[in-house]
Order: sequence, then C-alpha cells, then structure tokens
Amino acid sequence: MFDYTFQWRPALRALPDMLAGAWVTFETAALSMILGVLLALALTVMRRMDNPLPRAFANLWVSIARNTPSLFQIYMLYFGLGSFGWHISSWAALLAGITFNNAGYLAENFRGGLKAVPDTQMRAARSLGMGAFQAYRLIVFPQLLRIVYHPLTNQMVWAVLMTSLGVIVGLNDDLTGVTQDYNVRTFRTFEFFAIAAVLYYLITKVIVLVARLLAWRLFRY
Amino acid sequence: MIEIDQVHKSFGDLEVIKGVDLTVAKGEVVSIIGGSGSGKSTLLMCINGLEPIQRGSIRVDGIEVHAKGTDLNRLRRKIGIVFQQWNAFPHLTVLENVMLAPRKVLGLGRAEAQEIALKQLAHVGLSDKLEVFPSKLSGGQQQRMAIARALAMSPDYMLFDEATSALDPQLVGEVLDTIRLLAEEGMTMLLVTHEIRFARDVSDRVAFFRNGLVHEIGPPAQVINAPQRPETAEFLKSVR
Ligand SMILES: Nc1ncnc2c1ncn2[C@@H]1O[C@H](COP(=O)(O)OP(=O)(O)O)[C@@H](O)[C@H]1O
Ligand SMILES: [Mg+2]
Repeated sequence: MFDYTFQWRPALRALPDMLAGAWVTFETAALSMILGVLLALALTVMRRMDNPLPRAFANLWVSIARNTPSLFQIYMLYFGLGSFGWHISSWAALLAGITFNNAGYLAENFRGGLKAVPDTQMRAARSLGMGAFQAYRLIVFPQLLRIVYHPLTNQMVWAVLMTSLGVIVGLNDDLTGVTQDYNVRTFRTFEFFAIAAVLYYLITKVIVLVARLLAWRLFRY
Repeated sequence: MIEIDQVHKSFGDLEVIKGVDLTVAKGEVVSIIGGSGSGKSTLLMCINGLEPIQRGSIRVDGIEVHAKGTDLNRLRRKIGIVFQQWNAFPHLTVLENVMLAPRKVLGLGRAEAQEIALKQLAHVGLSDKLEVFPSKLSGGQQQRMAIARALAMSPDYMLFDEATSALDPQLVGEVLDTIRLLAEEGMTMLLVTHEIRFARDVSDRVAFFRNGLVHEIGPPAQVINAPQRPETAEFLKSVR
C-alpha cells in the first residue's frame, strides 16, 4: 500500500498564486500567437517570392519548427544565444521559442489556405481597380482567415500547453513555474499538479469556446 | 475607344494571340465568337492589363495599356469586366460586393457608395437580395450581381467573357436581358459569347476568332448570316 495521503488544503491555499501564474501563461501564449501570426504571414510571403534566398530561409524555418521538439527550440534559444554572449531572460526565451514554433506551423497552414482561395478572386479584385495589397487585404485574407481558423485555434491551445516548458529554462511565474515552486517546498506533488492540470484544461476549454463564439459572429456566410 | 493593334501574346512558347487588330468605337457593341482555345479570354485579359503582351499595342482612350508608366489600377476603373466564373466575393453580402470597389478604389463615402450600389442592383433586378450572401444565389443571380459590381464603378467600357456559358440553360435569358439593356443604353461593349443569335441581335459588328487571329469581321448580317470565309461558316454550323 502506498501511504501518500491527499492534503488538498495547502494546495487550495496556493490557488490565488496559481491563478496569477495561469494569467502569465495565458498572456505569454496570446502574445506568442500574435507574433506568430505576423511572422507566419511574412514567411508565407517569403515562400512565394522569386528570390531563392528568402524562400530558402522561410522553408528552413518552417522545416525546423515542425520537425524538432519544441522543448529543444526553447532550450536552444536560451542556452544557444547565451553561449554567443546574448543573454535573454527565461520568459523571453520561452516566448521566442513558442513564437518560432507557432510561426512555422501557421506558415504551413497559411500556404495551404492560400491555395484554397481561387486565383479568380484575385483577378476579379484587380479588375475592379484594387491594388495587389488592397486585394489581399480585402478579398484574399478574409477568406484565408476562415480556412485557417481551426488550425489557428488549435495552435493557440498548443501554445498554452507549450508555455509549461518555460520551467526548463528557469521560468517561475507561469502556471507550471508557480506549481513547481510549491511542489519543491511542500512535496504535495500530486495535489499541486492536479490543480495545475485542471487550470490548463480550463484555459484551453475557454479558448476553444471563445473561438467558437467568435467564428459564429465572424463567418456569417 | 479601344484600339488593338498587331497584338501578339504568348504563354511561354505557346503563342496564343498572333497579331490581332480590332477596334471598338465609343458606343459600339462588338462580339467575338470562335472555338474554345482560340485566345478570346486571353485577349480580354490583355485589354485591361491583367496579362502582359509581347508585341503590338493596346490603347484605351489613347492610353497605352502596356506602357511602363501606365497606372493600371486607374485604367481598370473605366473598364468593367465580367467573367465566365461569376467570381462573387463569398464573404460579402450582395450589397457589400457591389459597394466595395466604389468605397475602397474610388474612395467614396458609405452613403454615396450605397446609393450607387442600390441603383445598380435595381438595374439588374436584385433589389430583394441586398443582405444575402452569394452562396444563397443562383448562378444567374450571381452573374447579374457581378455585372452590377462592375457597373458600380461607372465604367466607360464593359467586357464580357462568356458571361452565360457556366449557367444552367434556364438562367441564360435573365443575364442576356441584362446585357441587352446595357446595349440599349449605349454602353460600349466587347462581348465574347457563344450565343450566336444574341450576338446577331445586339452587336454592331461581329468578329470570328480563329487560331489567335481575327479571321473574319463585319456586321452581323455578313459574318453570321452570310459568312465570307469557309471556316466561319463551318464554325457557325458547329454551334447551331
Ligand atoms: N495562364 C495560362 N497559361 C498558359 N496557357 C494558357 C493560359 N491561359 C490560357 N492559356 C492557353 O491559351 C490558349 C487560349 O486560351 P483562351 O484565351 O482561354 O481561349 P478561349 O477563351 O478562346 O477559349 C489555350 O490554348 C489555353 O490553354
Ligand atoms: Mg475563354
């Protein structure tokens, strides 16, 4: 028989601190998504260029992001850059790592999505006198958004879960960091991690729910 | 006036247009007929600069379409074009589809753009579909919306590329009626069409396209009723 007795009271007393950590987790994931989307758009444009240099750069980025563990991506940014004498904070390394990963996955989704918007849409827009950028902004992107909406939501969920990797580069104020701090001080491992797991679950469920409501509002056609 | 002068156009090694001459005068309706693959669509795309040309020149109101300094976005405002595939913007309602270019390209205010759009949608008989998304329209309605969308820019020229070819037979009439109305109003038009009888009724001149060239051109009474060249007669027999 194992003689571990559950003690939820100390764990529940830590709840306010853990909720604060959950907020950091959410903020970090949200920021990494905003940056990730912008970078993914840039990568998508680069992959469509005639110049082979930006194309190769963007392809390499996408390829590494999708084919190596996100743990390594964060690790490399933190210790790799550190060994070149460029020290960044744990949080910055985590944010950069997740952003790198988001951008790679999203760029791949955007590329597929763009193929699904027929060329004739662009042609119709241009023949009405719209410039290329205007046509992308008003005609192509709104349609692309709908096509990549689900992958976008999934990536946001994935970003939330990836923030838990911050602990390996010493982050201590996100949900996992806070939980780990309590764990090493109290050894109530199961209780703290169970609460943390529930909080992660709730965050991602809320994100999916909000995304669904937003989609309902956004895509009426 | 549209002046097409010895235009050559290739896709890679494939020469599609091989020295076409054609003019469309103000107020004139010219129809282009001809077999598929003869370069009709390509010619229309060259006229508004969507496709580059290799030789010759195309002038619209004296402006050289393919000259380096030509502001194509500005030129396209006066050339409306309606494609075979309806090309409705699926994420916008009918009203928004028609209002978009007047607002974003001409820079008109919402109220003014809406007024224009309402007028053009009434013109094509879609006043009862303003808030509907294109996916809820029939092909004929989508095509009429596309016509209204082009007309909302107050173009001086309208180009139609087989506007009825992708439609179910029972929907062809409503679109042809809309085009006929435009012809009666004096719109300058270049129509690529397979509807021979329609071409005969509305056109001032008909051009028969063959192998990237204008094979025969003249008034419909000649080209359609009494073709001068055997290939024209043969084509007409094949589509009747
Ligand atoms: N974007 C393109 N790239 C390569 N070939 C093309 C392209 N567009 C048209 N073509 C070719 O040019 C020829 C003329 O096409 P098109 O102008 O569409 O003919 P039509 O409208 O008379 O049927 C065809 O052989 C077609 O395959
Ligand atoms: Mg064609």
